[in-house]
Amino acid sequence: MLLLFEIAKTQMLSRLKQSIIATLGVTFGIGMFILMISFMTGVNTLLEETMLSATPHIRIYNDIGVQKSSVLHEWKQGKQFVNVVHHIKPKKEKKNLKNGFAIVEDIRKDEQVLGVSPQVSTQVFYNYGAIQIGGSVVGVNIFEENKLFDLVSKMQAGRIEDLLTSNDGILMGVGLARKLNMNIGDKVTVSTPDGTLKVLQVRGIFKYGIGAIDDTRSYANISTVQKMLKEDTRYITDINLKLKDYYQAKTIAQAYQKRYNYKIEDWETANATILVSFTLRNIITYVTSITLLVVAGFGIYNILNMTIYEKMRDIAILKAQGFAEKDVLGIFMIQALTIGVLGGVSGLLIGFLLSWWVSTIPFDSGGFLATETFPVNFNPFHYAIGIVFGVLTTIFAGYFPARKAGKIDPVEILRG
Amino acid sequence: MEFALKAENIIKYFYEPVEFQALKGLSLEVKKGEFVSLIGKSGSGKSTLLYVLSTMDTDYEGNLEINGETLTGKKQNELARFRNEHIGFVFQFHYLLPEFSVLHNVMLPALKLGRYQRSEIEDRAYEKLKLLGIAEHAPKKASRLSGGQQQRVAIARALINEPAVIMGDEPTGNLDSANTQIVFDIFRELTSKYHQTIIAVTHDDEFARNSDRIIELKDGLII
Ligand SMILES: Nc1ncnc2c1ncn2[C@@H]1O[C@H](COP(=O)(O)OP(=O)(O)OP(=O)(O)O)[C@@H](O)[C@H]1O
Ligand SMILES: [Mg+2]
Repeated sequence: MLLLFEIAKTQMLSRLKQSIIATLGVTFGIGMFILMISFMTGVNTLLEETMLSATPHIRIYNDIGVQKSSVLHEWKQGKQFVNVVHHIKPKKEKKNLKNGFAIVEDIRKDEQVLGVSPQVSTQVFYNYGAIQIGGSVVGVNIFEENKLFDLVSKMQAGRIEDLLTSNDGILMGVGLARKLNMNIGDKVTVSTPDGTLKVLQVRGIFKYGIGAIDDTRSYANISTVQKMLKEDTRYITDINLKLKDYYQAKTIAQAYQKRYNYKIEDWETANATILVSFTLRNIITYVTSITLLVVAGFGIYNILNMTIYEKMRDIAILKAQGFAEKDVLGIFMIQALTIGVLGGVSGLLIGFLLSWWVSTIPFDSGGFLATETFPVNFNPFHYAIGIVFGVLTTIFAGYFPARKAGKIDPVEILRG
Repeated sequence: MEFALKAENIIKYFYEPVEFQALKGLSLEVKKGEFVSLIGKSGSGKSTLLYVLSTMDTDYEGNLEINGETLTGKKQNELARFRNEHIGFVFQFHYLLPEFSVLHNVMLPALKLGRYQRSEIEDRAYEKLKLLGIAEHAPKKASRLSGGQQQRVAIARALINEPAVIMGDEPTGNLDSANTQIVFDIFRELTSKYHQTIIAVTHDDEFARNSDRIIELKDGLII
């Protein structure tokens, strides 16, 4: 075996330039794979984190839908009557969770739950002079909400505690504040869906970096919103949950669904479209990388074929002297593997250095994402895939020429 | 009497471009320590016969025995192993591995056989090179040597595993008369002093005349 290595080494060194070029092909393939996958998954992780920074892992709410049957339907159903009620509309129904606080207490006992925030949310119009801007006011226990979404870090002005010191205080989204030209201490009149007007005072401004929230939402104390809606202190509309492991959201949501008679929505279901785009991005990454590796594989195939063509006579001599088919195959597989392993390892290194470099390049997301540089993931798993894939490609690309070399008939060559 | 090589009724066909019988059922026996010349007109089948005898060509009918071992019907792997141990081959063109040193070229078959340690193989290779008078070229690249020198390296290589038979297809065909004489003397010495068996195809009448026995081929038969 050592002897085969020796012969392989001598052959490779004698055609150093081609060997290096073939190796560089693999290096390039693996390097680009690492760079791309690190960058793509970096983007995915950043988007996922951004999304989750504002999305509860599980949300429980009262999903008011159309009643499927009317009283008429229940009457004499299944008999010879055909009951037709055209275009059924929902009844006036309260949007609240009837035993909301009991559910909250119940969920708090769950080991897997990190935080629970009950809330009352309502659509409102913010009156800005003659203009009305649609939005929402969410009544929360601001400390509970902070536990879920780390509001403290998102405050642009004011502090979350300031909300507690007044009955009509709100924390306003930065986009909304800009539209309404609001600063701390300014007052805004809001109107609820049933026409109630209420004057609220801006005590702080927050920024999630997500337009859909920053441009529409304000936080208030639960009691403030309950009063706006003229409801009692048990009235809540949503329960938001943060879990210890957010990948468990789906299973936990399913378990809760059995226990509570309300709509239970996990973040994956709520953001299915975004997750599909993650998957697509991953597929593109893998397809491109595999293409690069296949190209590198062709490089190896080519160089080995050329070597074998040029070394036909040497192969014949070796076989004439008693080297068996598998020895010759071994000599060329060693060459392919050397190219694969050297190219693979240097590819990982190059990929790492490039990814690291990219991760230092400033990136201005216009304030939408919580990052100042390009997002890059450094995941050892990708490096493992890279090297395994690179080596597999070379084995595959090397095998066919090597087998051909092994099958060379020395008589045909030596007869001249 | 012990035979180094015994071939019975060897028949060899070529099918491309047209069916052609190159060897028409010939038999020969070569004794241990014998120096045999194989002669005959161009196209008479000398090379073809030699490739059959060397076990490299397995597509023939008949029976081949070397060193008392029947080789006909053996698998390629076994034959490779057998060649490595028992057959030395010298080609008309020197056919060394050009990237390897002279010493390394000689060592390769022994390294493959693995009968001795590397250091011992190196000593033996030196010995063979000394025997052929080219020891001082040992560290040089094989491609740097003259034709005659390369041919002697090839002979040293054929000797390294102390094979039962050394075969040569026009081993002096590319050499001038002085170098031919040197190679002949080496063969002579190998057979008489070391009891090596040699079968050499040659076009050189003098070379043939001075060997122990001449076998002449004509149209695939021995005459
Ligand atoms: N691969 C082959 N395919 C078809 N015919 C072949 C092949 N090799 C040899 N022959 C034919 O077999 C016959 C014997 O060839 P061989 O090479 O053994 O002759 P030779 O005696 O060695 O001649 P030379 O002295 O010129 O080397 C020739 O007629 C040749 O044309
Ligand atoms: Mg010939």
